[in-house]
Order: sequence, then C-alpha cells, then structure tokens
Amino acid sequence: METIIIDGLSFALPLFIMAIGGIYSERSGITNLAIEGLQGFGAFVGALFVVLVAGTAGTDSQPVFYLSFLFAMIGGMIYALLHALLCIKFKANQVISGVVINILAMALTSFLTKQINKSVFNAPSDKFQLGVSTRFSIPVLSDIPVIGAFFKNLYPFEIIILVIAFIAWFVLYKTRYGLHLRACGDNPHAVDAAGRNVAKIRTVAVMISGALSGIGGMCFAYSISAKFSSSIYVGYGYLAIAALIFGNWKILPTLGACLIFGFARSAGYQLVQVLEKPSSYSDLVMILPYVLTLLLLIFFSKYNRSPKALGEIYDKGKR
Amino acid sequence: MKKFFVKILGNEKRQAITIPLFSILISLIVGMILIAALGKNPFTAYLNLLQGSGLFPKPKYSAYQGMLTDFTSFLNMMTPMLFASLAVAVALKAGLFNIGVSGQMLTAGFIASVTVGYSQLVAPVAKPLVLIIGILAGALVGCLIGFLKYKFNINEVVSSIMLNYIAQYLFSFFINTRYIDDISRQSIAVKEASRLTLLKTPIGNLKVDLPLGIILAIIIAIGIKFLLDRTRLGYEIKTVGSNREAARYAGINVGKTMVLSMVLSGALAGLAGVTYYLGYVQSIQPKVLASTGFDAIAVALLGNSNPIGIIFSSFLITAVTKGSGYMNSASGIETEIASVITGLILLFSACGAFLRHLVKRWKTEIEEQEQTRKESK
Repeated sequence: METIIIDGLSFALPLFIMAIGGIYSERSGITNLAIEGLQGFGAFVGALFVVLVAGTAGTDSQPVFYLSFLFAMIGGMIYALLHALLCIKFKANQVISGVVINILAMALTSFLTKQINKSVFNAPSDKFQLGVSTRFSIPVLSDIPVIGAFFKNLYPFEIIILVIAFIAWFVLYKTRYGLHLRACGDNPHAVDAAGRNVAKIRTVAVMISGALSGIGGMCFAYSISAKFSSSIYVGYGYLAIAALIFGNWKILPTLGACLIFGFARSAGYQLVQVLEKPSSYSDLVMILPYVLTLLLLIFFSKYNRSPKALGEIYDKGKR
Repeated sequence: MKKFFVKILGNEKRQAITIPLFSILISLIVGMILIAALGKNPFTAYLNLLQGSGLFPKPKYSAYQGMLTDFTSFLNMMTPMLFASLAVAVALKAGLFNIGVSGQMLTAGFIASVTVGYSQLVAPVAKPLVLIIGILAGALVGCLIGFLKYKFNINEVVSSIMLNYIAQYLFSFFINTRYIDDISRQSIAVKEASRLTLLKTPIGNLKVDLPLGIILAIIIAIGIKFLLDRTRLGYEIKTVGSNREAARYAGINVGKTMVLSMVLSGALAGLAGVTYYLGYVQSIQPKVLASTGFDAIAVALLGNSNPIGIIFSSFLITAVTKGSGYMNSASGIETEIASVITGLILLFSACGAFLRHLVKRWKTEIEEQEQTRKESK
C-alpha cells in the first residue's frame, strides 16, 4: 500500500505540472499537443547543464540539482516559443504545429545528445547520465499510518511542483493576467476590444506552458530513468493532455485525474510483483493508464466544455 | 527581393506545387548549414543520401550488388511510407488527424504475422491473405477511433495516441511471452511465403529484393485520388473536412462520413503495416512503434494531402531516411540528421499557409505601388 502511494505520487505530480502548463496554453486558446516535445526538450537542456557542470558521471550536488530545473524551465520556455510563433504569428494549424514540434524535439534532442557526447566528451553514447535524486521523509507526519505514506520518501521536486502548482492556480484564477488569459480562450475579440493584446497574452501562456512542461520532463529524467535519452518520449506529455481534458480544463480536477493515473500505474506494478509474474507482465500493466484514460474519456467527454475559441486562429478582422 | 518572391510564388494556381518546393528548399538549406557547422561538406553529404538510395552510383559495390539493389531496397522502404502517408492524408481530408498510423500498422502487422506469417500456407494463398488481414485489422482500429469521436466526442488525436500505446505494450506482451526469438530478441521471423517482398531475386548479375507492394501502392494512390475527386463519398469527405456545419446543412451525414474516412484511413495504415512488418522487415521488435507512421505526417503535409503529390513527397522523405545510413558510413555524420531534416521539412511546410498569406500581401503591395507610379505619371 505504501509503495503504491509513494510511486503513484512521484509519477502523478510531474504529470500534473505538465497538465497545468497545458491548461495555461489551452485556456488561452492555443491547442497544445506539443507538451510531449516541450518536456523532452526541457529535460534535454536541464540534463545538458548537469553533464556540462558535473561531467558524464552524474552528480549528487544539490545546487546543480536545483539549477537543472531552472535550465529545464528555460529550455522548455524557449522551445515553446517556436510553437507560439507557428500558431500565433505564422497562423499554422495548431494541432499540426504541436505534432511537428514533438517530432522535431525527438529528432533534435537525440541528434544533439549523440553529437555532444561525441564532440565534448569523446564518448559514443546516446544518453546523458544523471545522478539519482535523493529522497526525504517529513518527520512526524510520515509516521501516521496509511496517510503517512504521502509524506514518506518524497523527491525534492514534488515539493517544488506543489509550490509552483499553487502559484499557477493563484495566477490563473486570482489575478488580472489570469482573467485576461481565460478570456482569450473564450472570447478573444472581447479581450481585444478591452484594449489588451491577444497575441501577447497567448504567447506568454504558451511560454509558461513550456516552462512547466520542462519541469515535468526534468522530474521524469531524474526519477524514473536517472538519465536523459530518447526513452524520455514515452507519451507522458499526451497523458498529461488526457488528464487536463478529463479534468475539464480546471486545475484541481486535473490533479485528481493525474493522481488516478499515478495510482493506477503503481498499483498495477505492485500487482505484478504480488502475483509473482515474470517481468514481461509489466507490459500489460503499462497499458492500464492508457486504457483507463480511454474509458474515462468515454464517460466524461460529453460533459466536457472546452474553451470556446480553442484551436481557432485569432483574426482581428473577423469580429 | 519581394518582387522576386512574388514572381516565383505568386501564381495562385501553381502555389500547390511551388510552396511545398520552397519549403523543401529552405529546409535543405538549413540542413546544409547544420552539416557545415559540424565541419562536414554538405554537398558530399547530400550526394551520399542519393547514393545510399540507389539514385546515384556509389564509387564501389560488393558482389551481386549495384545501383539497382539499392534502388529496389529504397522502393521496399518507400512502400509502407506511401501507404501510411495516404492514410494520414485521407483522414486530413475529412478534417481528422490520424496520428495513430503507427499503432494501426503494428496491429495489422502483428495479426497478419500470427495468423498467416507463421502458417504453412503456400505463397499464392498467403500473400493475398496477408493483404486482406492487414486491411481488415487496420480498418477495425480506424473504425474504433472514428466511432469514439462520433459517439463520445473524444478527440481523435488523444484516442489514437492512447491506442498507439495500448497496441505497443499489448503486442509486446504477446511477443515476449509467446513469439519471441531468443537470439534476435524480436518476434520469430515470418515464413518467406507470406512476405510481400521477393528476397534476393536474380536480375542480370545482381541479386535484388523486389517489393511487390509498391505497384499496389501506386495504383491505390491513384485510386484514392479518383475517390476524392470523382465520387460522392470523396466529395462528402472533403465537405466534412472543410466545414462540418455546412456539410450538416447540406444534408450530409457527418458522423457516418467521419467514421468512414477513419475506416479508410485505418485500412491504408493496415496495408502500410503488412508491407512494413511482412515486407520491409520480417519480424516485430517489441515495445517499438515504427517511425514510419509519424514521418508519414510530414509526407502527407508536404504532399498537400494530394495522393499524387504524396507519391513524390514520400519519394523525397524516404530518400533522406534511407540514404542517411550510407551518409553515416561515408561521411561520418550521425544518422539522426535524417530525422532532423525531416523535422525541418515538416516545420517549414506547416508554415505554408503563412507563406501563401505573405506572398499575397506582397503582391497587393507591389500592385499598389505600380498603380501609384502610373497615376503620378
């Protein structure tokens, strides 16, 4: 039971932060299928920073660990600018642009990883080795039976995510910028009439989305694989999108969706271990979150209300 | 400068061809800059791409090999790509984005391998059966995606991605538990009778792999062109794709048309699957989706979703992918550069609409300038 909660949380929270990024972008009216690519590119930049500072061996140094998240944010943000540019300035189809961004991210990062390993470290390798993140437990709280597992063996980034998630929630629902952003997704013409720059608000939203996705990617790089390689593209970005659709484009229900995914996954793994099945059965478990997503979408898609102007190219003359 | 662009890109009738060509040109130039930045000669690199695809003679060949060997193995690789891109294009015409082509390919390939590939059937029975099973399996998955979209309003992008992962892990489970080849760590190779590629056929003094599917692929591409342009279903698909509301008011059954176009798209993806897993290769690697299904998006976009255009664009993209292996051994450039170039081509073709818009604006600007000049005279 404890491991289910611990592993579930460490999977659900990075998913959650990426989904928040997606919410920012989609509430501003820009369909964001690019999360998968953004998280990968963010993680690439973060991991690049780590190996450049610490060498290929990886490191346990704390400042490097935290700075890598900062770099992942910056990397994701800059790469997201490309999506914003394509969707807002170049008026490309947003779905297509998202997929293009993903494909390009996969190609670029795996190419650059190989190239940098070869030319900087003189080693033929297709990955950046990172250290394994340290874990900690909150004293007292972690001793509570059952619920205590929520406070046990935490990754430091889980705390970072919760703090950032709270800030993101506050900005989206309690500030003037958040109001404008949400209005952009429903009625961009009204925002324009009120004298705000729709393109600017949307660009910033997409960039925030990139930064948050970068954090998510870095978390996965540090927790699940302890390295950066093309294995980071396993579709968690798409899972985050499913979570936010299931969460009806609202932050708190999305957290619920992410937790369901996380616990379904860790419970499945636990099941394989308890039943003492060979490791190939873990493939069956991997299906669980995806099947669950489909089933949940079947039941909930009808009640979903996406932002009204989602995916539409804003055209001033159309008012 | 502006005048120059307007002159080559301005003709609206020719824009369907000129704009993709322009995008390709720009991405090839960016690719060249990238290669040059690595300290390699971009011209030899591109020449290597052509040589690797059998479109230009290599300096030397080993026994029983020649330009033709390279070219037929290039066609062998192009066949699934052509089918997969047609699958993407048909869905795009109906306004749907089938990103699940890879999963549909895997489903079709796995089912065909298990049912026909491992059986003792003779070639004349096995080969057509493989095609039929591929079509059916792909169509079924496509139908599911279309149905979920129509009945439950589930975004086809999300559902097809979910199905991709489900297919990937589910079939990997079956392969790992029942059909694993212990040496190659892949599924057991299918019998030669069921393969859609004739291996090592002697032609002259060469031994070449003949892909049977390429002829079928080109016939089907022309058939899809006919279907889209000349039949009622094609007209309905295109109407639904360009304006769902208008289609509904015109009395078209939008849901049925969407499901049908996904069935068609899935069937084509199924064909791509069998020509890939039982033609281009002979076994399935567990937990890996063929990148063909994703590259096909680039090909379809580049070909403007026009089946004839797609024949040419799949030729180009396959040449880049196929040639990259030889480029790696000849010039020492990482093979990943091929996917970077493909990605760049995608990026610039996604901007096609903007380019069209820009050229139009420049055109009116220039016309206005000329008008004022005339008036001042």
